[in-house]
Amino acid sequence: MTERRLKPHMSRSKRNQRIVEYIFGVILAIGVLAPVLWMFLTSIMYPKDLTAKPLSLIPSSVTFSRYAEVFSSTSASDSGYIFRAAMKNSLIIAVFVTLLSLVIGTLAAYAFARLRFRGRGVLMLLILFTYMLPPAALVIPLYRIYNSLGLLDKKWPMVILYLSFIIPFIIWVMQGFFGSISKSYEEAAQIDGATRFQTLLYIFFPIARPGAIATGILAFLMSWDEFFYSLIFTTQNAKTIPVAIAEFNGKFTIDYGMISVAGILGSLIPVLITLIFQKYIVMGMTAGGVKE
Amino acid sequence: MKKLAKTLSCGLLAALMVLSIAGCGSKASTTGSTSAAASASGEEVTLNALFMKQAGYSEDDVNAMTADFMAANPGIKVNVTFVAYEELEPKILTSAQSGGYDVVLGDCIWPAQFAKAGLVLDVTDRMADLDTSDIYEGALDSTKYEGRYYGIPWLNDVKYMFCNTAMLAQAGINTVPTTWDELVADAKILKDQGIVEYPIAACYAQAECLICDYTCISGAFGGSFVDADNNPTLNSPENVAALDFMYQTVADGLTNPKSLEMIEDDVLSTFTAGNAAFALNWTYMNASMNDEAASSVAGQAVIAPIPGTDKAVSATVNGGMPLMITAGSKHPDEAWAYMSFLASKDTQSKYCADALPIWKSLYSDPAVIAAGGEDVVNASNTQYQYIVNRPQVAYYNELSTEMQTELQNVLLGKTTAQAALDGLQAQAEELAKG
Amino acid sequence: MKLQKSEGRYAAALISPALIVVFGIIVAPILATLVYSVVNNNMLSSQYGQFMGLHFYIKALTSGDFWPDLGRTLYYTIFSTVIETFGGLLIALLLNEKFPGVKFLRGIIIIPWAIPTVVNGSLWKLIFNGEYGVLNAILTKLHLFATYQSWLGDPKTAMNVVIAADAWKMTPLAVIFFLAALQGFDRATYEAAMVDGASVFRRFFSLTLPNLKPTILIIVVMRTVEKFKAFDIFYLMTRGGPADATKTLMYDTYLEAFTNLNYSDAATYAYLIALIVALLTLLYVNIMKRGDEE
Repeated sequence: MTERRLKPHMSRSKRNQRIVEYIFGVILAIGVLAPVLWMFLTSIMYPKDLTAKPLSLIPSSVTFSRYAEVFSSTSASDSGYIFRAAMKNSLIIAVFVTLLSLVIGTLAAYAFARLRFRGRGVLMLLILFTYMLPPAALVIPLYRIYNSLGLLDKKWPMVILYLSFIIPFIIWVMQGFFGSISKSYEEAAQIDGATRFQTLLYIFFPIARPGAIATGILAFLMSWDEFFYSLIFTTQNAKTIPVAIAEFNGKFTIDYGMISVAGILGSLIPVLITLIFQKYIVMGMTAGGVKE
Repeated sequence: MKKLAKTLSCGLLAALMVLSIAGCGSKASTTGSTSAAASASGEEVTLNALFMKQAGYSEDDVNAMTADFMAANPGIKVNVTFVAYEELEPKILTSAQSGGYDVVLGDCIWPAQFAKAGLVLDVTDRMADLDTSDIYEGALDSTKYEGRYYGIPWLNDVKYMFCNTAMLAQAGINTVPTTWDELVADAKILKDQGIVEYPIAACYAQAECLICDYTCISGAFGGSFVDADNNPTLNSPENVAALDFMYQTVADGLTNPKSLEMIEDDVLSTFTAGNAAFALNWTYMNASMNDEAASSVAGQAVIAPIPGTDKAVSATVNGGMPLMITAGSKHPDEAWAYMSFLASKDTQSKYCADALPIWKSLYSDPAVIAAGGEDVVNASNTQYQYIVNRPQVAYYNELSTEMQTELQNVLLGKTTAQAALDGLQAQAEELAKG
Repeated sequence: MKLQKSEGRYAAALISPALIVVFGIIVAPILATLVYSVVNNNMLSSQYGQFMGLHFYIKALTSGDFWPDLGRTLYYTIFSTVIETFGGLLIALLLNEKFPGVKFLRGIIIIPWAIPTVVNGSLWKLIFNGEYGVLNAILTKLHLFATYQSWLGDPKTAMNVVIAADAWKMTPLAVIFFLAALQGFDRATYEAAMVDGASVFRRFFSLTLPNLKPTILIIVVMRTVEKFKAFDIFYLMTRGGPADATKTLMYDTYLEAFTNLNYSDAATYAYLIALIVALLTLLYVNIMKRGDEE
């Protein structure tokens, strides 16, 4: 590796680069963590301290009662209990959406990027266009359809609903990744006598893997974070986290403490999942020379 | 490609079929009653009802009331759903015509719009069941549109003035102001003596609460947004004077300039942190303000009627919430039975700890006074006589968003009260034409 | 000829599941919305149910609201997309290097993105609060400002506050995508360039940037579409205020549908939004293509 070779007599420009990297890294860490830290403090501060002026940055006393409230409430009407149920719903919906949309979307993206067929451009534009229409306008007719088919407040119709706007997204992103893979691979595989599907499975998928994982994380978070459809289409059985969090607010009240608790707990699962899969993004490719 | 074309055309066909349902959303206008027979024949009727979380009656209360109702009406089963206030409107709008819910709780500024749009049923004839003369007029009027009733008021709420008397005492003032002139004079003293930097905290954010506060102040100045026939009168001299007054208190630094980003809860927080001496807010503030755990001014502040002028003793805004029957309900009779049970004197007096009743006669009931709190009930007795409703016109919500913007422009000093209200008057007249 | 025919069939097999799911759900509402935009579906209108032709489109384009809304939407879209793309690229380049602590940075970078928008909006609203916000507390403690500022109550700053809140949450998305793209690069070419003594900047402009072009296009289009449709963050932080300073096309669409019950106006806005975004997308694609040809 280049780096190892350079280490013993690190050049001045390399050292300068290192310094810049450290400064930038520290700024980045502060920028990312400071607001998160404040969210955590908000989740354990007493309301009185939270609205004091001047605000003291280090609270004199803290309470974990809000976390206890979320984990201990057993009554179905408690917002803590609802939040836990919503977390489960969100997880189930997001996992299915991610897996299904990745499989369905990646196959289509491959076809759009690498195969020639009539109407390719128009179809791609049509799919993208569906994604460009804002949900606020679609939700009223959609509600009428879902209601007449008895699909409201159920998990699997929500999965399908989410798929309908996440798949276009995945097609768009993944066809970009597939598009940038060098033609020579395909040709080499075909000369070796591989079928088209084998080429897809053994050549394209491995090369597109970092992109696919990044896209999967994106799909998971889009589903996890979706607010508007969930607000309209769910009430109890399929209620997701963003809606449950919004319900910590009353008619005139904003419960910053509980919202912060929900923010901490609600981001744990996506962060864990990302940390697990991120390894595969940054792990690098076994084969070099991917680009044309 | 054939397959593609086939898929596409199948999708189109399905879409067109659904369109025939979706495209022509039928505007129901009749008070259909098809279900009386169903319940009479012994079949169980299921009602779906939509309520609100985190304000007014607790969920446990509503569940208990509902259980009482079902015990008394064995043929009717009621499913209750609780959503946040912000969810109510989109949920009602999307579901009302298909009858997803039979009974819905709504804000008092919605009945006119919902009635015109054919989303809720006319209940005027059914109101004969109730002793309407015992309901506070302000609350009752909010469900009225063009002379017809579209709901029963249920949650009762108005704005009051909250006043930090400890701060006033520090400045040697021993009376709570009863006119806006007195309030401003007191505020000047507090500011000059350095007791509080900005004596007044107000919710002047671009939100409905700005219009609520303006309703109170314009009412106190003798103004109103519409006349007796619901024709807009936004640029009346009284309204202009009221808005000028609001602007002046901001310009003079008496009203906190951050009020332009405040909604009700920010006003509450500013007040309970001891950074305001005066605030207008809803009933809920009284409990929060006196809660030692959350407030630094517990026991130092009082709830009182909103000040007036020489034109009006006081004026407040109605913030109640009525129950309504959706146009798509298959069981309007049972729905009415359920909601009139919830709003009945018996039920409201039984659960008065969380919400004050709509019935005048209950306010002399010792149990209600004890549960509601003597200070609140006393203030209410006065305040309820001066309730102003925001205009009960179908276009109110659209007008309100326009007003919020223009009022903020005035408060920011970007335009004058007269110019802004002249413009709004023209817009309102346009909207009134439909 | 035969090969192309079978390729078409193969493509159809791969694409049809996606088409069934997407169009099966979305075609009906999309057409219904199109119908709303030409047949009066304004619930309070006396002309309800009448065919209006292009009336609502003309009304929207000549109304006093549309163009200022569009201006604010473009301001928000352009600034936040630029910040997220450039910021994301810079951070990805940093995280692609090897230095002690980089693993930690790669781990934490995802956190803002994982925080639900509902929480993110409230968090930043609290941080920027004029009366008890932590930012004001820090700025006055550092004597950068003498008094607390009303960031969200001042029309001049409110939109920038929303952009900052949004960029904080969404820049990690760009980081992850750039990181994924950087992984696919040909190391051999880089090492050759290094041996040749090409400077960091030279390497960036002659090697990295051209290779990142497809990813940049993906991110820019993706973010532009999302920004145009952004609703939650405005709903949570500003409600279009103060004095309409943060009222975007999308927020106006929501107001028309859910406050004013003007479904026709909302549907028209929705189509105009989609058209503008589609035009912008075509523009981006063409700029990128032209760049390739040069």
